[in-house]
Amino acid sequence: MIALLLRDLKLAFRAGGGFGLGLAFFLIVTVLVPFSVGPQSSLLSTIAPGVLWLGALLACLLSLDRLLALDWEDGSLDLLATSPLPLEAAVTIKALAHWLTTGLPLVLAAPVLGVLLHLPAQGYVWLFLSLLIGTPAMSVIGTFGAALTVGLKRGGLLLSLLVLPLYVPTLIFGAEVARRGATGMDVQTPLLMLAGITAATIALLPFASAAVLRINLR
Amino acid sequence: MTIAAKANALWEYANPRKFLAASERALPFFWTSAGLCLFVGLIWGFFLTPDDYKQGSTVKIIYLHVPAALMAINCWLMMLVTSLVWLVRRHHVSALAARAAAPVGIVMTLVALATGAIWGQPMWGTWWAWDPRLTSFLILFLFYLGYVALWEAIEDPDTAADLTSVLCLVGSVFAILSRYAVNFWNQGLHQGASVLRAGAITGTDTDEKVSNIFFYPLLLCIIGFVLLFVALVLYRTGTEIRARRIRTLLARERVGG
Repeated sequence: MIALLLRDLKLAFRAGGGFGLGLAFFLIVTVLVPFSVGPQSSLLSTIAPGVLWLGALLACLLSLDRLLALDWEDGSLDLLATSPLPLEAAVTIKALAHWLTTGLPLVLAAPVLGVLLHLPAQGYVWLFLSLLIGTPAMSVIGTFGAALTVGLKRGGLLLSLLVLPLYVPTLIFGAEVARRGATGMDVQTPLLMLAGITAATIALLPFASAAVLRINLR
Repeated sequence: MTIAAKANALWEYANPRKFLAASERALPFFWTSAGLCLFVGLIWGFFLTPDDYKQGSTVKIIYLHVPAALMAINCWLMMLVTSLVWLVRRHHVSALAARAAAPVGIVMTLVALATGAIWGQPMWGTWWAWDPRLTSFLILFLFYLGYVALWEAIEDPDTAADLTSVLCLVGSVFAILSRYAVNFWNQGLHQGASVLRAGAITGTDTDEKVSNIFFYPLLLCIIGFVLLFVALVLYRTGTEIRARRIRTLLARERVGG
């Protein structure tokens, strides 16, 4: 399992692409927002938590179609499916590798981008925390979507269509934490709900992902 | 006949030929009764009930709005059940019924959203509000879209049936989650459940509910929509089965010739 994780991480770092691309996309989206809504700092600081959450979500979505497609093309997915390692574990490791290479950099970059959008000072900690808790759920849900569409030639757009509705609860609770944190309100309820969604998706969705992957590899 | 034997009898219709024969016999009944219920219910509702003292004649759109919204949700429920049956018992008719139902569900969702917007414009002063119920329906619509798109994208019919079934199961969980998340996210304008409630029937409920004058034609319309839905799904499932047969015949011809 650790070997698989290290392999995925190495591939992500050395082949470039996914790792830097998601971050650059996040940066560009954040920069484009003031151009589209105007530079007033009061408006920007109101919408900053939501924009940063949406940007992180889209950046995460962007990297999903590479998550399993490369392994599907060169056949290493078949090897994984026939190896003694349960496919559920392999899928979980894949999601973890995706989170480490895409989710975690986004979490770390978000406070820096918050400066650009005049995020209120009290909001940084909650933005960071909510993204830290919420992005693993996005990786796990995204792995399920990638497993569904892995065999398709033009799966990219379909993948977005399938995954985005599944992101709704995570986005609602995550952005709510960041928004409440920025305005100094109590964040406990949405934070707990967000953590619950993440814990439940990590516990249950790998089984669904492995099931659809088996169907696709049939 | 014992209950077990009856339950067995239901599985007989997993045979496509039996299903087709039975649905062909049942379809005229469903079409005519649906037409009759809707004709009587809508005329009764539109022309023979008084205007509401506050909402005027706009209130009458509930005869389309409420049944459509009910069927939009129940359609997804039906797809969930048939998907489970396909995953567990591998009956092709079940998977095809889920496929046949999805576009009907999309139309019902759109009808509910559109009639709601038309009613909301004079009543709430806006076509659209980010109210929990409205938002949940929009999300339900997105789930339907993804489901249909996945069916269309995959060529192999069994793989498509398997994948969409799993998507339907996972989607159901997330749809319910979204419903509660949206409730938490914004308080709403939309009135609560007011057609059928336990308290309303026993008379202990003094909260606002739909009065009997409006209730009976509404009930008729709901029955009509249910019958119409059953007729459409049976009809479309029959079409799917025949399309599958044509594909098989063509494939056989290509191999044979």
